[in-house]
Amino acid sequence: MSGEKSLMSRFGESDFFYSFKRSPVTLVSFAVVLLLILLAVFADLVAPTNPFDVGSLNLMNGFTPPMQPNAFTGEVFFLGTDDQGRDLLSAIIFGLRVSLFVGLTAVVFAMVLGVSLGLWAGYRGGWVDSLIMRAADIQVTFPSILIAMLIFGIARGLLPPSMRDELAISVLIISIGLSEWVPFARTVRGTTLVEKEKEYVQAARLIGLGSGQIMLRHILPNVLSPVLVIATITLALAIIAEATLSFLGVGAPPTEPSLGTLIRIGQDFLFSGEWWILIFPAATLLALALSVNLLGDWLRDTLNPRLK
Amino acid sequence: MILERLPATLELALVSAILAMLVGTLLGIYTAIRRDGFLANFIMSSSLIGVSLPTFLIGVLLIWLFSVELGWLPSFGRGETVQVGFWSTGLLTVSGLKSLVLPAITLGLYQMTLIMRLVRAEMLEILRQDFIRFARARGLSERVVYFGHALKNTLVPVITVAGLQLGAIVAFAIITETVFQWPGVGLMFINAVFFVDIPVMSAYLLLVGTLFVVINLIVDLLYLAIDPRIRDGQLKRQNS
Repeated sequence: MSGEKSLMSRFGESDFFYSFKRSPVTLVSFAVVLLLILLAVFADLVAPTNPFDVGSLNLMNGFTPPMQPNAFTGEVFFLGTDDQGRDLLSAIIFGLRVSLFVGLTAVVFAMVLGVSLGLWAGYRGGWVDSLIMRAADIQVTFPSILIAMLIFGIARGLLPPSMRDELAISVLIISIGLSEWVPFARTVRGTTLVEKEKEYVQAARLIGLGSGQIMLRHILPNVLSPVLVIATITLALAIIAEATLSFLGVGAPPTEPSLGTLIRIGQDFLFSGEWWILIFPAATLLALALSVNLLGDWLRDTLNPRLK
Repeated sequence: MILERLPATLELALVSAILAMLVGTLLGIYTAIRRDGFLANFIMSSSLIGVSLPTFLIGVLLIWLFSVELGWLPSFGRGETVQVGFWSTGLLTVSGLKSLVLPAITLGLYQMTLIMRLVRAEMLEILRQDFIRFARARGLSERVVYFGHALKNTLVPVITVAGLQLGAIVAFAIITETVFQWPGVGLMFINAVFFVDIPVMSAYLLLVGTLFVVINLIVDLLYLAIDPRIRDGQLKRQNS
């Protein structure tokens, strides 16, 4: 109990927390991210209606402008409705859930893959190192969105058509994850090369520990701090990548619309004057991506002043 | 099929690359010189939004503003095209040029913010150095100092990044072409992904790969043109 308390107070007095308190931009963006995450997690409780419950939809409610009573039913929707009378606020909250879920899991996937490959390449050296790093070099030449699209396309080709929609989310996560692992691997490899020459690693080797144990228990904790920064920046990229793929129609299936899918739907109604179907999901996506980016910038400057 | 659609994509990519380079460099210089000015700070903050805005969202918002609300510019297609040999160009007709404006801005904006931030950082670095102070002491005008001395020295890293970004432009063209229904190879690729058309996908990738190699070659050759140290083989002599 006392240990936990002293940890909290140590955190409260740290430079890290001090710089966090002193930066209003960071505070605001942290609040926005936290709010959006909470909305996504408690979507079932927060959202006024369940957008997937077809029975609750009333077609008469279609195209209700925000904050105005519907011409036929008189119902008021905070952010308006789409063509099928679906409450837009609920659709956004549930879309946020898909976007955040895909973004976070894709980053975790990329992180695990990149860190383990980087660690292995850095510790082993030799042909393992050359192979992994050349693969990274090749991949970095192509923009990640193209890689993600390509992997997605191949996976669609391999899967039987009946399973495509079911597995679309997992395929999406894997393709975004596979397209973002390079920065993790490069950074971790670089730090591992430095760390493995240090005395504590030699000592660990002397007492006869296996290389797997040295890598995971001794080197890994010492190379992790830049990984956090990269993970935050990659999260923004992954969210944008997911939205882009969904917008293009090759991402989240219509049964589980993400923010990108909602924007794609909204684009169709842009010309007929129903601007709210597009603008509100777009604003949510922008707020999310911008806040995560700002948090990432701040983390980078605080944790690693050299990179500035 | 690719040959028929390639000119559309290349025209779009080139115009937006030139746009991004020109405007990005100019804004970068401006924000570096007027470091603490109000306008410079404003440009810097909006560039962060530019980085966070996904490409497709920029396109959709531009369509909303300029095509739907204001009705100034067309929102899809290439307009009228003129056939020059096998190359169908939209650059020679008014409607073609008008249709090019929005897609080019959409595609170039992200690259523009990147180049701007890079130029600014490099300029700030170089303006601190001694030879700039000497140039000022010699009584050269501000314009000569900034454009003749400082800008020249920022160009090598900028060209490197811009070259890599040109590849990214080709990839992001997929998104822009979808938003604006631009009849280029990117639109063809996305349809191929959608209908699992493996031959078309691989042909596109081969094409993009070739483009990347060519771009990298051009960038390497540009180093020679820009940096006299590389041209004279001085680096080689130093190393041996």
